[in-house]
Amino acid sequence: MGLEQNYVSLEQISLLHNRFKQLSQNEETLRRDDLKTIQDLESNPIRSQIIEAFFDSRNFQKDGVGSVEEIGFEEFLTVMSYFRAPPQHITEEQREKIRRSKLRFLFNMHDTDNDGTITLEEYRHVVEELLSRSGALGRETAKGIADAAMLEVASISVGPMAPDDFYEGITFEHFLKILNGVEIETNMHIRFLNMDATVLCK
Amino acid sequence: MPMPSSVYFCLLRAVFLVCFVNPLIILGLSEDVNEIQDHHHHQPKENLTGLPIVTFKWHHVQTPYLVIIWVFVAGLAKLSVVELSHHVTSVFPESGLLIMLGFVLGGIVWGADMAQSFKLIPPTFFYYLLPQIILDASYFMPNKLFFSNLGAILIYAIFGTCWNAATVGLSLWGCYEAGVMGNLDIGLLQFLLFGSLIAAVDPVAVIAVFEEVHVNEVLFILVFGESLLNDGVTVVLYNVFDAFVSLGGPRIDAAEIFKGIFSFVVVAFGGSFLGIVFAILLSLLTRCTKHIQIIEAGFIFVVGYLSYLTAEMLSLSAILSITFCGICCQKYVNANMDEKSVTTVRHAMKLLANGSEIMIFLFLGVTAVDTEIWVWNTGFILLTLLFVFIYRIIGTFLFTWMLNKFRLVPIEVIDQVVMSYGGLRGAVAYGLAAMLDEDKIPEKNLMISTTLIVVYFTVILQGITMKPLVQWLKVKRAAHSDLKLIEKLNNRAFDHILAAVEDICGRIGDNWWTRGWNRFEENYISWLLMKSKARKNRDYLFNIFHKLNLEDAINYVSEGERQGSLAFSRSDEAANVDFKKQFGSEFADVMPNIMVDMSNYELGIEHFSVTSIVKDTIPSVSLDIHGQDRKNAMDDINAHHLLQQHLYRSRKNHRHKYSRSHFSINQNEDEVQEIFQRTMRSRLESFKSAKMGVNPAKKITKHHKKELMHKMPNGHTDSTGHLYGDEVDRAVGRDTGAINSTFMRDMYTIGAGIENPVFLPDMDSPAHSPPWLMETEAVAPSQRAQRRLPWTPNRLRRLAPMRISTCSTDSFLMADVSLTLEEHEEQPQTDNEDMRPVFD
Repeated sequence: MGLEQNYVSLEQISLLHNRFKQLSQNEETLRRDDLKTIQDLESNPIRSQIIEAFFDSRNFQKDGVGSVEEIGFEEFLTVMSYFRAPPQHITEEQREKIRRSKLRFLFNMHDTDNDGTITLEEYRHVVEELLSRSGALGRETAKGIADAAMLEVASISVGPMAPDDFYEGITFEHFLKILNGVEIETNMHIRFLNMDATVLCK
Repeated sequence: MPMPSSVYFCLLRAVFLVCFVNPLIILGLSEDVNEIQDHHHHQPKENLTGLPIVTFKWHHVQTPYLVIIWVFVAGLAKLSVVELSHHVTSVFPESGLLIMLGFVLGGIVWGADMAQSFKLIPPTFFYYLLPQIILDASYFMPNKLFFSNLGAILIYAIFGTCWNAATVGLSLWGCYEAGVMGNLDIGLLQFLLFGSLIAAVDPVAVIAVFEEVHVNEVLFILVFGESLLNDGVTVVLYNVFDAFVSLGGPRIDAAEIFKGIFSFVVVAFGGSFLGIVFAILLSLLTRCTKHIQIIEAGFIFVVGYLSYLTAEMLSLSAILSITFCGICCQKYVNANMDEKSVTTVRHAMKLLANGSEIMIFLFLGVTAVDTEIWVWNTGFILLTLLFVFIYRIIGTFLFTWMLNKFRLVPIEVIDQVVMSYGGLRGAVAYGLAAMLDEDKIPEKNLMISTTLIVVYFTVILQGITMKPLVQWLKVKRAAHSDLKLIEKLNNRAFDHILAAVEDICGRIGDNWWTRGWNRFEENYISWLLMKSKARKNRDYLFNIFHKLNLEDAINYVSEGERQGSLAFSRSDEAANVDFKKQFGSEFADVMPNIMVDMSNYELGIEHFSVTSIVKDTIPSVSLDIHGQDRKNAMDDINAHHLLQQHLYRSRKNHRHKYSRSHFSINQNEDEVQEIFQRTMRSRLESFKSAKMGVNPAKKITKHHKKELMHKMPNGHTDSTGHLYGDEVDRAVGRDTGAINSTFMRDMYTIGAGIENPVFLPDMDSPAHSPPWLMETEAVAPSQRAQRRLPWTPNRLRRLAPMRISTCSTDSFLMADVSLTLEEHEEQPQTDNEDMRPVFD
């Protein structure tokens, strides 16, 4: 069982393919609207960003930039593969590599304009959406929280700043640094096994 | 300046020590008490020959006196152990040291009495020492971690314990049959009974050792959760086998065995269920204790203990009952109760648990000094040690191997080694052994001494070697425990992402269940068990935001205190008043949470080391002038004068009241609020300017030259030259501008009192710009500017966490102080409404 767990096996690919077909209504390509129709997703506060990630060519591992209108199964599978569990016995370098690629995926999700930094506005946007579900927090509070978080990032990644310093946003390096304590490589995964296609049809 | 809560804790401590620890030693001292009573009978016979002025009545107080002396000795023991482990070695675990100290104390007692006068007896342990430890462990259980690993924990706790009990019992029996132990009067069932009592890993010992080792959180929760739950399991197993032993071998048939298994299930799950019922009761109860804040904290202990006793009464598993009571109620109770009560619970819980832990280890040592219980049987004792050790390892690897088939992130081999090595036995095993019935088990003393040896061996030897082992194996250590706001945000986003991807692949996975439960919990359970106010407030992120700000506030205050900044105190006063008058209502609308929670947070954060806040918030802000540079006597006089003028009178007024049921001193929450507001503002101030840079000269002079009414004595104002980054400015300005117009009715008071970044006016708003942007030249102040409080630029800069000014702090202070001294007569003092221009 060990290996199948860590890589996308043929069985999983076929399961994912079924799912892909189902979502795209047997078309060759998947569009945003197809994903938006998933019922369970509706309650997800950041669903637009997640859906966007599926159509972001930066995540296709082909050095592309910009977003696309529709994706084929290959792209779908590529994006899904970010959510694999890491293999059991790997070297530190491999682990680091997996970690970086997973973090890059998250980073891209925040960095919507692809300029290499998550600016304050981009981050505020994320936080606002993230908190939009919890009723008590207004937009202003969300903004305050985003600001405080950004301030924190600045103080962690740049250290004390001179009065005329300018912190333009979270770069990927800073992003790696702040999430240093989080074991992304082991946490960012879902089980591909046991996918039950019948569940989806609700 | 007495701090209410410290008084509170003292009271609580006294009450609970007396309540909980007292009876224990009365029981523990049973023999001694008899002796006392003998004396007691003799005493009154003396004839009274005259009126004694003072009499020595030792026997009247002997029992409580001895109890409290032991508590005192235990406290001293802990103190010495902690000091010792600081100085001598950090490798030695405290629990082991305490046991050894217990040997010494027991030896002293033995030397004095030539008899075993004090020992740990089971009822004392199970009714008065154990419950609070279990309650503490479960109340502070990291729930998310616990429930996400619940499967593994249950497997280890249930099957692992059964495995240990069965294998140890059977192997010992096998060896006995083979003749290794000589002639003993023990049958198979007795061996199994012994196996079941020695099977469980002890939470007390495990926590004591693992707390010092800091292994990674999954490993910790596995060991910890297992030790907590398997205590329940082992007690149940023990009872079943005890019943079997009473029945006697021949009468046990398949039906009885089936009944045994069935009772195992009923007892374990019934106990857990009972605990959950009590947790619900407790949560409901705390919904309506708003008006009895002083005693609401006590309910946690009372109801928790009640769940323990009730389960015991119904012969369900008491340990599991109190465990689940603690685990399930923590969230709702913490949300429902006043923050001060939560703090009280937290401290009292730790106090009780720590206290009884010390007592337990100490008495485990003291108990050993007794000739009666020591029966040596080399074969039995050594084989028990060996089997306990070996089967723990085999069991751990076996069950982990099975679990790893299903776990997405497998448990690593190194972790397994630590887990099996962390199988410490403790006082529960001893308590069960001491409870054995000598009529049914003739070799009771052998079992007790073996149990004690196993306990000493595991706690002392394995405890000592645990740390080096963890280091040597390079076990993944715990990451920093305190998550940063950004990490929490990321975790939140992360959960949603995983859930979404699962949705997209269309699988009902782990996240689906979590989410479904969360939704159910949010919609129904919280509705039932939580105050509506608390429901709104409990957003996790918002709390962190609060904490962060409060930490800032505290740093700010202590910084000001440290530097003895008089100006700091003064401006607080004025700003505070303004804020209250002008913006209290608006803030209450917009951010009710802040207004409500403000006071709570003064005590709400556990890792405050800042004594000033915890002792008393009020004086730390305004009264402390001791840090003041005393070089200049004149300054001092002025300072007093100033302080008198600007202090709240009301603050002093409540000082002299005494009430048993209220703390009136801190009813005035203004100070806390204002510190909070201030830091929120300064956070954003600093952030903004750091982020966008400022180009002060052009902008400011263009807009309005209000601020600088005085030249800084040392001319520091703006030598650093900020740059206004226009594009960012616009971006931020746009956002804040909107709020600005909505919420800021009076721009001028902003500078005076509003510190909330959310409401911070933007930079290019004509009415308000950060004071440090001003040019040094004194400009004719406008009407508006005159109404502003003299926020000096330097002071603001000092507050900003991110910017390090080129000016030295001292010079700020000097500037501020001199300012103060110049103008304190003309300060707008209290009311913004009738504030007059400062400089006419």
